[in-house]
Amino acid sequence: MSTTDHADHSRRDFLYIATGAVGGVGAVLTAWPFISQMNPDASVLALASIEVDLAPIKEGQAVTIKWRGNPVIIRNRTKKEVEDADAVKLEDLKDPVARSAVAKEGDPATDANRVVKGHENFIVMMGVCTHLGCVPDGNSPLREYALVEGTAKTGGWFCPCHGSQYDTSGRIRKGPAPENLAVPPYKFLTDSKIQIG
Amino acid sequence: MSGQSNYVPTTAFGKWMHARLPIYALMKETALDFPTPKNLNYWWTFGGILAMMLVVQIVTGIVLVMHFTPHVDMAFNSKELITRDVNYGWLIQKLHETGASMFFIAVYIHMFRGLYYGSYKAPREVLWMIGVIIYLIMMATAFMGYVLPWGQMSFWGAKVITNLFSAIPFVGPSITTWLWGGYSVDNPTLNRFFSLHYLLPFVLAAVVGLHIWALHVPGNNNPTGVEVKSGQDTLPFHPYYTMKDSFAIAIFLMFFAFWVFYRPDYLGHAINYQQANPLVTPAHIVPEWYYLPFYAMLRAIPSKLGGVLVMFGSILTLFFLPWLDTSRVRSGTYRPLFKGLFWILVIVCILLGYLGSKPAEGNAVWYARILTLYYFVHFYVFLPILGLLESPKPLPSSISDDVLAKSKKHALAPAE
Repeated sequence: MSTTDHADHSRRDFLYIATGAVGGVGAVLTAWPFISQMNPDASVLALASIEVDLAPIKEGQAVTIKWRGNPVIIRNRTKKEVEDADAVKLEDLKDPVARSAVAKEGDPATDANRVVKGHENFIVMMGVCTHLGCVPDGNSPLREYALVEGTAKTGGWFCPCHGSQYDTSGRIRKGPAPENLAVPPYKFLTDSKIQIG
Repeated sequence: MSGQSNYVPTTAFGKWMHARLPIYALMKETALDFPTPKNLNYWWTFGGILAMMLVVQIVTGIVLVMHFTPHVDMAFNSKELITRDVNYGWLIQKLHETGASMFFIAVYIHMFRGLYYGSYKAPREVLWMIGVIIYLIMMATAFMGYVLPWGQMSFWGAKVITNLFSAIPFVGPSITTWLWGGYSVDNPTLNRFFSLHYLLPFVLAAVVGLHIWALHVPGNNNPTGVEVKSGQDTLPFHPYYTMKDSFAIAIFLMFFAFWVFYRPDYLGHAINYQQANPLVTPAHIVPEWYYLPFYAMLRAIPSKLGGVLVMFGSILTLFFLPWLDTSRVRSGTYRPLFKGLFWILVIVCILLGYLGSKPAEGNAVWYARILTLYYFVHFYVFLPILGLLESPKPLPSSISDDVLAKSKKHALAPAE
């Protein structure tokens, strides 16, 4: 009797484990739609591209537009701002990667990699601080602040939430933010019109 | 919730019901007759106050939902219209809004009472840990509730807090997109927060049920920290503690009413009377007061992931507390060194809260770093060592002895 019992047990154990395994896989598969429904829906994904006319933005002016629910900063930089951005040495940067969709992934964070060639005066980037997502304010070109200890700079962006400072190319220089402001994918349709997304 | 009830039904209906669902026997045993230490002071009434606050928040919340529209274009106005147009909306909305703050005042007193009297020690570890879970659910609920009026602080608070998850390596950004249901805090976010804000209080009620169950197995701790030894040490919960709790609740409601009627906006932020604007961040964003100490910790650490880990770590530390405190003596009353360190910890938490409300500039960041470090040193260095170094005062042999000794002192006083 004890032998039949033993045989029964191993057969039961197998059925028990197999049933449990099938049930477990089923539970995970059933859970997936309930998790996935929280991801962006089709209508959110459909808002993926917009066109912006740059002609009204004069030198030294900036506009903020909304793309996919987030602010995009477009600034027509002054000559000095572009020169300031170019003059920065790569080793002084906190984040040496361009974070730019108009350059190749992983390219160094030179100013040239964060703008479109021939339109170097226009910087187009997400107005989303890479720390916790606040919108950085444009610094007055007259207000001086220290990017690196001991060096005074003007212009750039300052995040009011936790004090991250970005230079005139939108690169993180000081404060808690880990990355440069992201440059979204965009292209020039004409000399004064871009399409973002 | 153990042992045989001595309840014997007397009426015919009572007998009929008792044979089918002995609910009255359960209530009598666990609530009315429950043996409770006879020396509980007023710090022990905050459990009852918290239960009352949960009911207040659920009742006012259900009413608010009848008038609220969870849509980015209408949420802000619908909340304003509740306070202006809905009959008694001004009262019910403010009860709910200030009620959140009252809830947190009560929970902080309740938690610090547990810290002082060693209520987290064996055999109450599970009771304490369920309490920490309740606190976490409360924080999540309050956070999502604060987003619903869709003001500037609602929006940017939501954005900053959900962005904390983006600090997680590799999967962080996908998690935030999933939480938002888009590329930023937007209508899908408002909708899901509304859904969860309605759900979580009922989850809370269920976990509070577990908390009370876990309380009824070992029974209440008490100011001496000495376990109940005989029937001499206890009183039935009703009428002794139903009365004491009711009195404390009445006083607390007066405090609550003061804020609702005379300072309805003091605990909030003026900027939240501006509708959410995803393109402009207010100059100075701060969370509600009850999160400020954690916010100070978050900003004290000069690294995004580090700040997030320290902030969550400060709360997770409380889960390990029963095993970090090595002292055999439960109550802080008999622990001279612990008592001092306890009050320093209280002051440190208040100072961190103060720093959390200030801009993170200059010396404030350094103070926050020192205080954050102290918070962790208290739990991970002082508490384990203290149990070995400290020589506690002699404990009373029983709760009764302690009560008698105290009443003798009082009786002698006028004769002198």
